[in-house]
Amino acid sequence: MTGSRSTLSIYGEKAIELLIRLCGVSAIIFVFAIFFFVFREGAPILASKDFSLGKFLTSTEWYPTSMSNVRFGTLALLAGTLSVTGVAMLIAVPFGLGAAIFVSEFCTGKVREILKIVIELLAAIPSIVWGFIGLTVMNPIIQNLFHVPVGLNVLNAAILLALMSIPVMVSIGEDALKAVPDSYREGALALGATRWQIIWRVLLPAAKNGLLAAVLLGVGRAVGETMAVLMATGHAVQIPHSIFDSCRTLTATIAAELGETREHSPHYQVLFLIGILLFTITFIVNLIADFVVKGVRKK
Amino acid sequence: MSDARLSITTRDVKLWYGKFQALKGINVDIKHGKITSLIGPSGCGKTTLLRCFNRVNERYGNVTTTGEIKLLGKNIYDPDVSLIELRKAVGMVFQRPNPLPLSIYENVVFGLRIHAEKSLSRGDLDDAVEKALTETGLWSDLKDRLNDRAINLQLEQQQKLCIARLLPLKPEIILMDEPCSALDVDGTRAIEELMWSLAGRYTIVIVTHNMAQARRASDETIFMLLGELIEHARTEDLFLTPRDSRTSEYIEGRYG
Ligand SMILES: Nc1ncnc2c1ncn2[C@@H]1O[C@H](COP(=O)(O)OP(=O)(O)O)[C@@H](O)[C@H]1O
Ligand SMILES: [Mg+2]
Repeated sequence: MTGSRSTLSIYGEKAIELLIRLCGVSAIIFVFAIFFFVFREGAPILASKDFSLGKFLTSTEWYPTSMSNVRFGTLALLAGTLSVTGVAMLIAVPFGLGAAIFVSEFCTGKVREILKIVIELLAAIPSIVWGFIGLTVMNPIIQNLFHVPVGLNVLNAAILLALMSIPVMVSIGEDALKAVPDSYREGALALGATRWQIIWRVLLPAAKNGLLAAVLLGVGRAVGETMAVLMATGHAVQIPHSIFDSCRTLTATIAAELGETREHSPHYQVLFLIGILLFTITFIVNLIADFVVKGVRKK
Repeated sequence: MSDARLSITTRDVKLWYGKFQALKGINVDIKHGKITSLIGPSGCGKTTLLRCFNRVNERYGNVTTTGEIKLLGKNIYDPDVSLIELRKAVGMVFQRPNPLPLSIYENVVFGLRIHAEKSLSRGDLDDAVEKALTETGLWSDLKDRLNDRAINLQLEQQQKLCIARLLPLKPEIILMDEPCSALDVDGTRAIEELMWSLAGRYTIVIVTHNMAQARRASDETIFMLLGELIEHARTEDLFLTPRDSRTSEYIEGRYG
């Protein structure tokens, strides 16, 4: 009796183990499959005579559907992505880390729980809704506040991206601060340190790797975001010279144009190449974040 | 010389964590320049009383304290008392060594930096580090690696460093909460020797659950039980001729 049950449970265990293993392996397979697919769709253009990788990376001329002279320069789009992300981080880092410090060091009990829920709610807003907000709320506000003709510009998209990447910064940043042993706070407090001195001189240095990881994850979120920036940047292919200039990002270009292209046409392939470019950027950002987080564990 | 100079006097100190009363009217006079140990079974309120003396108990929001605690003649629960100045004058050493996640050098000068009105000269800081580390017997071992991270030191050195970082602030009183409980026999002996070398210049109050340590390493001993002070006497008197029957039961090992 007991013998049969234990064989059953052994098989059951084996099956569950296999299932879990499959889940783990499938994640790796999916990542490679995605990369392979994107690469397969985009790579053939590299061999084409009419295409120059140099131009692709350094030209600002993006005329993918021109009849006479097709040009695939992504520099303006890259500049759009980088400037929107950069400005977004200028806004998001102080607010995000400030909020992380506030939640972790100044709030207790109910206030803290409520704040965390609100911040998570912020993370749950779909990006298309942010896009609407950019289009219908931020646009007139920016026009009226700064007396500029269009409110769909770098600033608008950057504010949206900042709001979208703040939640992840707050929750990872708060974790990093929570991980600092309380004995450090107590030791500094007993030496007569004020709250700010403890934060500035003890907690930030102790948690700096975790906080940096929080920022980089926020950057990753911002670089990859599509819908909201598509609606809020004004969609003009140009290198922005001020935060009130319209621009266009790499992601928005793919989203807006891929549906219009013929499969395996040069335009289609170039859009996939842009995908690879984005992949590379986020991969580098994530890699840095990863190394930084590993640094935390070692100490 | 009057031996009656007092560092800490408390009158009817009561303390509650929420509804739970942890101290039930403590009256005690702690003499200047002496080592006073606090003994008693676990949970009797030794740590709580010690943490009243620099008011770090107040970190937990639910603490209520009544009564009077005078340090060097001033009631530290008066509204005009600066916690920063209080904690500068009253150093604390914790149960587990807790050097800050900074270099050895920065740990020692941390107090000076946070209390400095203007920026300090490198020379002054260097002098303070050398002096504090020499006083705690660390200088010869550590002088060549002052920029190493303090949390990588051996536990005994970490605990000595936690004492050393108090000294540049010239505290009147040093509070120690079971400072040897994380250390081995040699580490314990080293800390006790250090305490004797610091006694006289500083008033030391040490919590210990180790009666042998109280006997070896203190001038006076206070026995507490369930939030009350049962007996306070010179150490040899308390251990040889306890006046209260509960004290004698405790030192004979009848409670945990
Ligand atoms: N932060 C706190 N909140 C609630 N109760 C506490 C807290 N700290 C200590 N206590 C309680 O107060 C009593 C005395 O604790 P403590 O002073 O740490 O004792 P000891 O140091 O003598 O072991 C214990 O019953 C303990 O459970
Ligand atoms: Mg204790």
